[in-house]
Amino acid sequence: MSEPLLEARDLTKNYGTVEALRGASFTAHPGEVVSLIGDNGAGKSTLVKCMSGVEQPTSGTLLFDGKPIVLSSPNDARDRGIETVFQDLAVAPDLDPAANMFLGREILKPGVLGWLGVLDKKAMRRQAKEHFTRFGASLQSIDVPIAALSGGQRQSVAVARSVAWASKLVFMDEPTAALGVVQRERVLEVIKRVRDEGVAVVLISHNMPEVLSVSDRVEVLRLGRRVARFKAADTTVEELVGAMTGALSHEDAA
Amino acid sequence: MTSTKETTLSTVSGETRTPLLKRLTGANTLWIGLVLLVLVAVFGAIRPDAVFQVTTLQFLLAETAVLLVLSVGMTFVIITSGIDLSVGSVLVFASVSSAMAMNAVSGGDATNAGWGVIGFGLLVALVSGAVWGLLNGLLISRAKIPALIVTLGSFGAAHGAALLLNNGSNVSGIPDRLNRTFGSGTWFGIPNIVIVAAIVTALGVLLLSTTRFGRYTYAVGSNEEAARRVGISVRGHLTKVYLLAGTLAGLAGFMGNAFFRVAVVTGHETDNLNAIAAVVLGGTSIFGGTGSVLGTVFGVFIPAVLEKGLVIIGVKEFWQPIAVAIVLVAAVWLDQTRRRARNQR
Repeated sequence: MSEPLLEARDLTKNYGTVEALRGASFTAHPGEVVSLIGDNGAGKSTLVKCMSGVEQPTSGTLLFDGKPIVLSSPNDARDRGIETVFQDLAVAPDLDPAANMFLGREILKPGVLGWLGVLDKKAMRRQAKEHFTRFGASLQSIDVPIAALSGGQRQSVAVARSVAWASKLVFMDEPTAALGVVQRERVLEVIKRVRDEGVAVVLISHNMPEVLSVSDRVEVLRLGRRVARFKAADTTVEELVGAMTGALSHEDAA
Repeated sequence: MTSTKETTLSTVSGETRTPLLKRLTGANTLWIGLVLLVLVAVFGAIRPDAVFQVTTLQFLLAETAVLLVLSVGMTFVIITSGIDLSVGSVLVFASVSSAMAMNAVSGGDATNAGWGVIGFGLLVALVSGAVWGLLNGLLISRAKIPALIVTLGSFGAAHGAALLLNNGSNVSGIPDRLNRTFGSGTWFGIPNIVIVAAIVTALGVLLLSTTRFGRYTYAVGSNEEAARRVGISVRGHLTKVYLLAGTLAGLAGFMGNAFFRVAVVTGHETDNLNAIAAVVLGGTSIFGGTGSVLGTVFGVFIPAVLEKGLVIIGVKEFWQPIAVAIVLVAAVWLDQTRRRARNQR
């Protein structure tokens, strides 16, 4: 197997007296889909926050391409090609899909106008349209506010936006939670396509059949620690649930 | 990549821009503009002789110019889902400090002062407005105190400070040259003060609708958390928006000096409410995220036209605030209903 792209070693995270992570480890390789599963409160979201720069771990190390890094902000992560699709979407509902896709990364007009901060809306719309088409987000119109879209379409926009900028790794926190059958399939399709382009995808999901169908590997978190790692092809839903609930454990248990 | 699979699911041809007409009729701005037009038409039909007189229109425009400049700044603030109650007091502070500064460098009376002094007065007005705006912005974005409270504080403080400066009296000695050219002068029949307000408004339109600054203003008001997560400096942006509102209030103070030939310390107590009403009437959402400067222009003129029109057709002008109140509440109610319907999807 290739060298790990992102590796977390023995991360701990305390919120006051609450230990959200107690020496959690995690590994993601380039071009693979790795699912991070665990019961509620196992520390999945905290772990992802620590690995995407939203939070800083209390202790432990992060390795990116084999070198230790410190992610002090989401921008730090983004500069390294790490993107996140948040559970609560985090789009600006009053802006249109193109504006949302380029939010924080606006294309400016060339020359003096660009120096004055004038946006090149046409270029952004065109690129956004191409991109949404490529990632199968079907939108009737590229210039209506996101709020006018259905929940599923909003989700597609959020996913497409992160995927557009992720050159190395993308975290997806329950990307299919609010979706219908067709849209869920499409997001899973997008996940596979992103992986095929060599980007690592970290999927957080509660849906075990979905996890098994799309992942290459599965890592299980329990009580703030990694307790098991599986190859998706060699495991079953029962085994995953067993690891999540503590009925069986493989590693790091000491 | 398999192209067949994508085209079955996403209708590429349907993914186009909404037609211009549909976009226009979908916008609040158009409807507010129509309301204004209807008002002018109705008053004009009743008393065409009085309404379409050059002096009537000149006066209407000149009186509204100062409020318009305040309201342009207020539009940016409200789109970030903030509020600025201090604009009227900041206007008075800038007006008084600018007049006193001009007097001070002219040996006590600037009536016969030249352009150098006038330029200095403008600078003092802008800077004193900017300082209050910056103070508002820093307290709101850094100290996280609600905008309502911060600007309620500076509303009182700026007015108090203005009174302290000249012991509570108006400041006279505004340069004649300033009043003759800028305050009461006209250019092809349009008061110069109106031209300045129009330029400020046009710049505001461009800033809000075509630049990154404008886009961030919408983004911060629409979903602050989303803006933060994509790496926009929300604190910095909010500070800049309040700084802009303060600076424009400073400019408005200078315009007032030029127009009235005196820096008055009273009469601006409800400027903040008038500006907020104009912005909201113009279709900007009090909840942030949507709005336009053009709408604000209409929103400024609706109360002004009502006031003038009612006087001209002989209705007691006391009806004006009542009529404005009804339109205002109706506008917010419509906005709320629209949002609720939208968020239920």
